[in-house]
Amino acid sequence: MNAPAYNFAYLDEQTKRMIRRAILKAIAIPGYQVPFASREMPMPYGWGTGGVQVTASILGPDDVLKVIDQGSDDTTNAVSIRKFFAKTAGVQTTTRTAEASIIQTRHRIPETPLTEEQILVFQVPIPEPLRFLEPRETETRRMHALADYGLMHVKLYEDIARHGHIATTYAYPVKVDGRYVMDPSPTPKFDNPKMDDCAALQLFGAGREKRIYAIPPHTKVVSLDFEDHPFEPSRTPKSCALCGADDTYLDEVVTDDKGGRLFVCSDSDYCEDRRGAERSP
Amino acid sequence: MSETDAPLLLAEGLTKYYGRQLGCREVSFALYEGEVLAVVGESGSGKTTLLQLLSTQLAPSAGRVRYRLRDGVTRDLAELSEAERRFLFRTDWGYVHQDAALGLRMNVSAGANVGERLMAVGWRHYGRIRGTATQWLDRVEIDPERIDDPPLTYSGGMRQRLQIARNLVTQPRLVFMDEPTGGLDVSVQARLLDLLRGLVTELGLAAVIVTHDLAVARLLSHRIMVMKGGEVIEHGLTDQVLDDPREPYSQLLVSSILPA
Amino acid sequence: MDPLQLTGVAKSFTMHLQGGIRLPVVAGVAFSVGAGECVALAGPSGAGKSSVLKMIFGNYRCDTGQILVRHEGEPIDVARADARAILKLRRTTIGYVSQFLRAVPRIAAIDVVAEPLVAAGVGREAARARAGDLLARLNVRERLWELPPATFSGGEQQRVNIARGFLPALPILLLDEPTASLDAANRAGVMDLITEKKKCGTAIASIVHDDDVRARTADRVIDITRFSAQGTA
Repeated sequence: MNAPAYNFAYLDEQTKRMIRRAILKAIAIPGYQVPFASREMPMPYGWGTGGVQVTASILGPDDVLKVIDQGSDDTTNAVSIRKFFAKTAGVQTTTRTAEASIIQTRHRIPETPLTEEQILVFQVPIPEPLRFLEPRETETRRMHALADYGLMHVKLYEDIARHGHIATTYAYPVKVDGRYVMDPSPTPKFDNPKMDDCAALQLFGAGREKRIYAIPPHTKVVSLDFEDHPFEPSRTPKSCALCGADDTYLDEVVTDDKGGRLFVCSDSDYCEDRRGAERSP
Repeated sequence: MSETDAPLLLAEGLTKYYGRQLGCREVSFALYEGEVLAVVGESGSGKTTLLQLLSTQLAPSAGRVRYRLRDGVTRDLAELSEAERRFLFRTDWGYVHQDAALGLRMNVSAGANVGERLMAVGWRHYGRIRGTATQWLDRVEIDPERIDDPPLTYSGGMRQRLQIARNLVTQPRLVFMDEPTGGLDVSVQARLLDLLRGLVTELGLAAVIVTHDLAVARLLSHRIMVMKGGEVIEHGLTDQVLDDPREPYSQLLVSSILPA
Repeated sequence: MDPLQLTGVAKSFTMHLQGGIRLPVVAGVAFSVGAGECVALAGPSGAGKSSVLKMIFGNYRCDTGQILVRHEGEPIDVARADARAILKLRRTTIGYVSQFLRAVPRIAAIDVVAEPLVAAGVGREAARARAGDLLARLNVRERLWELPPATFSGGEQQRVNIARGFLPALPILLLDEPTASLDAANRAGVMDLITEKKKCGTAIASIVHDDDVRARTADRVIDITRFSAQGTA
């Protein structure tokens, strides 16, 4: 049986044009959710179809692609998506942040500072930051249009009233370029400051919800807070058991049944780099 | 009561047709700061339509509503952008619904309900927001201990008082009320009316109150408009219209009150 | 001009619910009240005395005629004034003590009395203090002051009503049976208050059934039956 032939990066060229137009709009209006005609992809909703469509639309034969899932290159999802692009686009892939030109990520921003030569593509489940407070799409669209964000602060207020502090620890809402309130995808709030004045282009794709948004390079991104409860990019106050870093986001690993645990850098590439470890290509 | 000469709210020939059905016809009046106008009538009189026209929730078929903004300029409300109108609603106006659930976020704490408008106009200090909300709960006679409870856990009278607090926190100059005591127990009504009366005087509020209850009109309003079948039958000083009604329908309405 | 002047005032009621019967009350009412003067309206029940006072206050409409009130030096015709103007007159110029206290359910007696002063801009504490003085003078016991008057006796309610009407310093005062429910001692107290008001230059129009009180407070008596309207039923 003949193997099916795919267009470069799976999507047909017309679809890529449509998505690129959406991306351009998104860049022109930082933080604004641009609707797009999300396609059927060979993975189900909830598995990164938005991110994959964005990557597919911007990928060129000379790009070097890195795919991470919760900071790691070797989880099932990261491996699957990397292989998908290797097969349909034949592009070079890497696990090293510094060598990649496009990084598709689920739920983390790499620790290594990004450059103007790079693009970060986020996988987004629910793009609407107000969705859990206001279920009506008609209302949330109007709120964004009129910059009517009182409700967002109501949510933060409720957190403080209930827990004594803002309880949101991931998908922490931000204000982009002083205008739109945006959901940064379920990245830990520790990563929020990285989005501010980032040299790389940041693109966000939600496949099921059919939205694309963007933060152009060097854009002001501010996490929402109260004057007397300022935003803190908190992390576990421990050092990485492998490389000793005390300023990275850590994953907790349970080592035995007796409660033993250790903390390691969530960004596996960064950790390996620090250790100067033997690297696989 | 401030004595600025320019009216706060001007209705000019307000008319609304729902298809061929008349909502209200040629309603005109001027409302000044600190004045309370009651619009009374039975079901189908057009009073609710009028309230919705005045508060720009409905567009008129003819006529216009003009309002004097805080900067002193009187604008035709139909010419305001959606953003301007929303801002007006959030800062200079209040709207008290008959069913408090429509005017509150039932699942969010009372404090957040009262604080929302403040946050919407840029307040960013949690302590101050909470403090102001606490003061307002106290003012509407809700135990400040209940500040973190959602209105789902409140009684009907408490919900209504919370709705009032939520509306008054930004010190609006004009409040619209749609049957504010409707559906409440009599003792609860009395308490609420009392509260409203006190707040209106204390804050120098102008208000348009729609009610079918003449006792509410007598207690709260300076001026009254009697409506029937979409038309204004009679209008004037409240005590004058209620004590010396001129029109047949007004006389009928007044005489229908059962003595206490 | 006099603080209060009526000319050609006529009033009738049209009872639409009773087939449009017209009940004429008064016609051609004309009199004036000077500053510091108390004019008593006399006549049997139903002659229209209360109606005349209510027309002056703007509570009743009048069919024809003029009711001129001196307001900030200028004459204002109550019969033609709009709602806003009448409200202003009531705050600054014309006071009215009705026959019965219309009490709002939960307001304390002392606040009922202080309310007109507070509405005129006096601070609440100062207004309450003055209200207390006047209530004390009218023999309303202090422990009643913080209670709503609904449960008071008729006489006590009336004294609260009187205090409320007499507390502000308005140039015109209308009194409808101010001493009706009072005993001799309290009647005397009210008469003193009326005398004081006259000394301050207040123009007073009153309705008093008690001959003795009338004799001691009124400078002139006007018989309302002079203005009784001849009309068709």
